[in-house]
Formats: sequence, structure tokens, C-alpha cells
Amino acid sequence: MSFLNNVITGISLGSIYAIIALGYTMVYGIAKMLNFAHGDVIMVGAYVCFFATGSFGLHPVAGVLLAMVVCTILGMVIEGLAYKPLRQAPSLAVLITAIGVSWFLQNSAQLLWGAAPKVFTPVVSGGLSIFGGQLNISYVTILTVASCLVIMAVLSAFIGKGKMGKAMRACSEDKGAAQLMGINVNSTISMTFAIGSALAAIAGVLMCSAYPTLMPTTGSLPGIKAFTAAVFGGIGSVPGAFVGGLLLGIIEIFAKAYISTDLSDAIVFLALIIVLLVKPSGLLGKYVPEKV
Amino acid sequence: MALLQVNDIHVYYGSIHAVKGVSFEVNQGEVVTLIGANGAGKSTVLNTISGLLHPRTGGVVFEDHDLKGVAPHKVVSHGLAQVPEGRRIFLQMSVEENLEMGAFTQPGSTVEPGIADVYERFPRLKERRRQIAGTLSGGEQQMLAMGRALMSKPKLLMLDEPSMGLAPILVEQIFDIIKELHAAGTTILLVEQNAQAALAVADRAYVMETGKITLSGTGAELMASDQVQKAYLGG
Repeated sequence: MSFLNNVITGISLGSIYAIIALGYTMVYGIAKMLNFAHGDVIMVGAYVCFFATGSFGLHPVAGVLLAMVVCTILGMVIEGLAYKPLRQAPSLAVLITAIGVSWFLQNSAQLLWGAAPKVFTPVVSGGLSIFGGQLNISYVTILTVASCLVIMAVLSAFIGKGKMGKAMRACSEDKGAAQLMGINVNSTISMTFAIGSALAAIAGVLMCSAYPTLMPTTGSLPGIKAFTAAVFGGIGSVPGAFVGGLLLGIIEIFAKAYISTDLSDAIVFLALIIVLLVKPSGLLGKYVPEKV
Repeated sequence: MALLQVNDIHVYYGSIHAVKGVSFEVNQGEVVTLIGANGAGKSTVLNTISGLLHPRTGGVVFEDHDLKGVAPHKVVSHGLAQVPEGRRIFLQMSVEENLEMGAFTQPGSTVEPGIADVYERFPRLKERRRQIAGTLSGGEQQMLAMGRALMSKPKLLMLDEPSMGLAPILVEQIFDIIKELHAAGTTILLVEQNAQAALAVADRAYVMETGKITLSGTGAELMASDQVQKAYLGG
């Protein structure tokens, strides 16, 4: 039973990584940049929900929606102010800017809300107990996994079938050609940040519901791990982020349960290194045979 | 009044003066070709018309609209479509999705009939509609690039080196398609290094050398010109 419990915990954690990784991978796919501030947007989303439900007494659903709105705007503002002016700049300049934005968000959070951890109230409480209490599944876990599946399905349909989703794919391949089609590349990039940041808000709330310590640095390690998940699955690939996130969550929980809690992060990154050695483009990384 | 007027444009890449005062025009229904060696500035001229590059001085007027400062994604809506050099189709998208992208600025209801028209002109593309574009042969990719540009129902179709990298038989096919499009009334601006083939289909032609237009005339005139014979036709 403990094995099954571990699997469920792993899938739940993996679902959170997957939702965060989607933001990384979509932004990378289109803007060809690593938005290291993405993890901190998660933290902002969690704080917004924390104050909306705690201090202002809003319903958790309203809290989540408000967090999504705030993060969407935040993501678009970050892109417009910090990254858009660097569209032609070398990628190193963009990377350093992203790290700068990350610190800016963490320090702003510390200034506004203090460094002391807050105890996040889960958006749902309770859970299922089956097999006479041997297997316990919290509603947060169910909500997390369900959210991840719904997000994945909606996003796949949007990118696969939607007009704007296809435009996003066109931009990710060739911005010049996309412009020749009449696609506004700047607004497409902005939209990608908006979607990724809204997802970050959801991830923030789910994560803090499962692991209820909220502080200004809450987003950074999950952010890095979700980035790892995105690379693991193949950066730029949406299904890759999903698979990478889930696997990473399961590996992490298994490592904690059966090998060593202290070494779990090292084991996660070791798994990444092995995958990249065997398949440098990641598990589902894109490789399209191309005839010229 | 010409459909497209290019007025004394000067285009720079940083400090490199790539196009040095080029003027020409394209009239409704014409096939006009811009020939010249690699590096003469032909593609730079096309990309300036498309709004991807901006002239430092001079301008482009299309149907009475000054295109100065018009963003590249808005130029398409004016009725200008470009088939870029190297085709630049979306290799990871399907053939049909590529065509849909070509119709990005068009109202949704016209997309399907537009795709049907393109399939009628290029039956090969219909056979391969679900295939990923990167798996098409070079000739098929060129057809897809042309079909994709036609999806925006352009008043002026600009083709940048459509014969580049294709086997002779395919080059012939591509020029046959250009003739067909011309016969159907499409106005075409064709940039080519393959001067012989380009001059054969063109109503009028301009020769570009190191950023300037050095010769102009009808296709037949230039074909007969000693200068062109020597420089481009190996005569």
C-alpha cells in the first residue's frame, strides 16, 4: 500500500511540475528564451490567492481566478518591459535579465509581504480513505491531477487545432515567415507569456495547497525542477513537459521513499543527466527529418 | 498608376549599404523580374517591400498606400504576399496547416475554398495534405510555399528565387506554374538568379548589380542585350 501511496504522491507532485513546465516549454518554444522568473510568478500567484482568501475572505475559486488574472498581467508586463526590448539581443543578455527579474520578484515579495513563511490554507480539505484507511488520497491530490489533465487536454487542443495555437507553432518555427503570413509575432509572444503565467498561478495554488509553506523563495526550487522536467521531456514540446513533469515527480518521491531524502534532488538531476546523455533533445524532443 | 512603386530606396544592414537608390514599378497583371548575381540586393528589396526591413530613405507605395512604417504582419492585409528565399515553409506543421497559416489574415469562411483552389492547382499537395511539410521533396516544398502565399489572395505575389536548389525538371515546372498564374491574371514580382528562365516569363525586367539597377527593359530586350548575355546567360 505504501508503494501505491508513493505512486499517487509522485503523480501529484509531478502534475504540479508538469503545469509549471508547460509555461517554461511554451515560452522557450516561441521566444527561444528561458524565463527563469517563471518560478517566481508561481510564488506571486500563491500569495495573491493567500491574501484573497485569507485576508479578504474570498471563496477559493475566486482566489484562484484572481491569482490567474494577476499572474497573466504580471507575465505580460514582464515580457513587455524586460524581454521585448531584448528581442534582437544575444541570448545571454536575455538569460541574465530573466535571472534579474526573478530576484526582483523575490525581493519585491519580501518587501511587500515579509520574509516570514505564511501557512497557506489548502483550497480544498479532506480526502478519500480507501482499503480501510490503508490508502489515503487527499482532495488536493485529486484536484491537482485532474487540473493537470484538463490543462493538458485544453492546451493540446488549442495548440493543435486553434488558429492562434497554430500561429504560435508557426512563430516558434520561423518568426520571419510567420510575419509574412500576417501573424503578429509580438502579440503571439505576449499571449504565450500570458498563458504560461496563468498556468503558473494555478500551479502556485495547487503546490501551496499540498505543501503549505509560502514565502518569497517558494517558487524558485520548484521552478528549477520544472525547468528540469521541461528539458527532461524535450524543451519546446508540450507533451514532453507533461511526461517530463510526471516522471520527475515520481522519481523524486521514489528517491525520497526508497533511497534517501537528502539525496532525492541529486537523484532527480542524475536522471536528467542520463536522459540527456542518451537522448540530447529530451524524451520527446522534436526531431523532424528534413529533406532539402 | 502602377500597382507597386518602389521609390529610390536605400537600405542598410548596420553600416553596410546594401541597396543604393533602387526605383522600379510593377503594373497590374505584369510579371516583372529582378535579376542579378548573388548579393546584388534583390532579396533585400523584396524584404523591404514586405516590411521586414526598413529603407533609410525612399519608400514603397502599393495601390496609393504608403507602406512606410507599416508592420510586416500588416503588409499582407494590403494584398502583398511573399514567397521567401529558401521557401521557409513551416517544416513541423502539416501541408494543410501551412496553407491555413497562409490564410491567417483571411476571414475563416474563405479558408476552405482557398485550400481547395490551391489543391486544384497543386494536386501533389492534396495527396500529401496530412503529411508534415518537412518530409516533402524540394519541389513540393516550393509548391507549398507558393500555395501558402496564394492563400492570402494577394494582388501582388513576390517570389524570391523559386528555382533555387531544384533539379532542372522541377525548375521548368515552377516556371510553368508562374506562366499559369500570370495567364490567370496574377501580378508577379520575381527575383531570380536564373536569368534565362526569368526573362523568358517576364513582361519587364530589371538587372541589379551591387545594390543598384543597372539595366531595364522588356524580357525580350534584355534577353537580347549583349551586356546581359555576357554577364548572366553565358553568351
